[in-house]
Amino acid sequence: MIGIEHYLTVAATLFVIGIFGLFLNRKNIIILLMSIELMLLAVNINLVAFSSYLGDLAGQVFTLFVLTVAAAEAAIGLAILVCFFRNRGTIAVEDVNVMKG
Amino acid sequence: MSADLNTILPEILLAIYAMLALLGAVYTGKDKMAPALTWLTAGVMALLALWIAFTGQGTTPAFGGMFVDDAFSRFAKVTLLISGAVVLVMGQEYMERRGILRFEYPVLVALSAVGMMVMVSAGDLMALYMGLELQSLALYVVASLRRDSVRSTEAGLKYFVLGALSSGMLLYGASLVYGFSGTTLFSGIIAATGDGQAPLGLLFGVVFMLAGLAFKVSAVPFHMWTPDVYEGAPTPITAFFATAPKVAAMGMFARVMYDAFGGIIGDWQQIVALLSVLSMFLGAIAAIGQTNIKRLMAYSSIAHMGYALIGLAAGTQLGVGAMLTYLAIYVTMNVGTFAFILSMQRDGEPVTDIASLNLYAKSEPAKALAMLVLLFSLAGVPPMLGFFAKLGVWQAGVDAGLIWLVVLSAVASAIGAYYYLRIVFFMYFGTEGTQMDSDRSPVLWVLLMGSAAVMILGVINLFGIDGVAQAAAASLVN
Repeated sequence: MIGIEHYLTVAATLFVIGIFGLFLNRKNIIILLMSIELMLLAVNINLVAFSSYLGDLAGQVFTLFVLTVAAAEAAIGLAILVCFFRNRGTIAVEDVNVMKG
Repeated sequence: MSADLNTILPEILLAIYAMLALLGAVYTGKDKMAPALTWLTAGVMALLALWIAFTGQGTTPAFGGMFVDDAFSRFAKVTLLISGAVVLVMGQEYMERRGILRFEYPVLVALSAVGMMVMVSAGDLMALYMGLELQSLALYVVASLRRDSVRSTEAGLKYFVLGALSSGMLLYGASLVYGFSGTTLFSGIIAATGDGQAPLGLLFGVVFMLAGLAFKVSAVPFHMWTPDVYEGAPTPITAFFATAPKVAAMGMFARVMYDAFGGIIGDWQQIVALLSVLSMFLGAIAAIGQTNIKRLMAYSSIAHMGYALIGLAAGTQLGVGAMLTYLAIYVTMNVGTFAFILSMQRDGEPVTDIASLNLYAKSEPAKALAMLVLLFSLAGVPPMLGFFAKLGVWQAGVDAGLIWLVVLSAVASAIGAYYYLRIVFFMYFGTEGTQMDSDRSPVLWVLLMGSAAVMILGVINLFGIDGVAQAAAASLVN
């Protein structure tokens, strides 16, 4: 029987993979966007699992909001990325270094 | 239902205004409309602020408690709307001269203001998240407004990646809080922790949410984006980042911590106190080596958020009131300081190098004096208003028994005074160098002088804002 713990474990694992993807990735900014998406989807699994476990619909409504916002966020991220590429000519993570920090 | 809509009428009006302004500008002159649109948006935001300030009364929950209109949210909304309007007007001439005044700028600022207003009024995790994202998404775009500049787009990119990470953490925390309390409503969450005990999963969620919130207020160790974004974004936009979003983020921080987790203050108090200490010290020490005044202001804002967090860490009504007073004073100081930075130019090009201020007092004695007052106030030197802002949070800290925090913050503010006074030294006793052009923009001059005057005249009674702030805090902490 698959219980709530299994869902939470999967979600936590995906979330941690997403965070590590952000920090350890040294190659490409697109991978950063994918990692962010992974984090948000992990949250969605969490919300849906809790919603079903609690018998409360609020979690699923929350998921729909998160999905919508994630789409908008990806659009804006890609738009900024295109502007950056036009100026810099590269999207390698290590080239995002005009300012120290 | 219509009572609910009445409660969020200011937000609805501003959102509709923003969309109409966008359509109007697209179908008419596009960027030719931008200066007029900037003034119009500033006017609309100022009017809304006045309307909220003079007609708002009592505490009105709407939509089953998902949205709350109370004295606390009204204080934050009025502060952020007025500072947003002032910053719009302040940067208009600068951006026009450099050809970056696009009509989207005022529209995006208005939309982010809607997001901020929802954030500080949220009574539910969903409302909180939607408000936060509306604000953040608009700000990411605004940061990279100068599309042809590597710095501006890089600032936008960094802000976007780290902002999205913080939203993700906040959201993960929110999902855990929902799972372990069974509801997304703040009133339900606080009821679930009514006995002062919280399940471990819920505490986990609180910590994740704290990390996300700390990102938004740029508290250490979640501050890395601040210096780069401040340096890379065009100066008027940096001025905006340093004012309204900071107020909104702190307002949201206090809203979540008291409305949702007010039953387990003991569990989060220590974390907030730690964030506060780290921010004050990092802000004070890292700013010393800076040569760019915008980067310096970024570290200054990190330190100031640390002081404001003392009020939150106190966990009392006095503390929240002191925090609100601090934010209002901080915003006023920053408006004046950025009015000064906007007027710094040489041969028509903006300069942000601190060394270019050498002997500034000889060519522009009045502006140098005003800047001196503002810098003393930022450093917290009595008798300027900035000192009373710090005094307020220190009193709240001592009252709450956080004496170690107050002592450490006094040490940090002494260290921090060095870099503010260094600018004063450059202006009055620096070495001979190439002088800057004199800027004759009346708007900037009025804002700089007005802000400096407030810093001196405010010592009489703080213009009564501390009373209003305490009343606002009373509506949040009960």
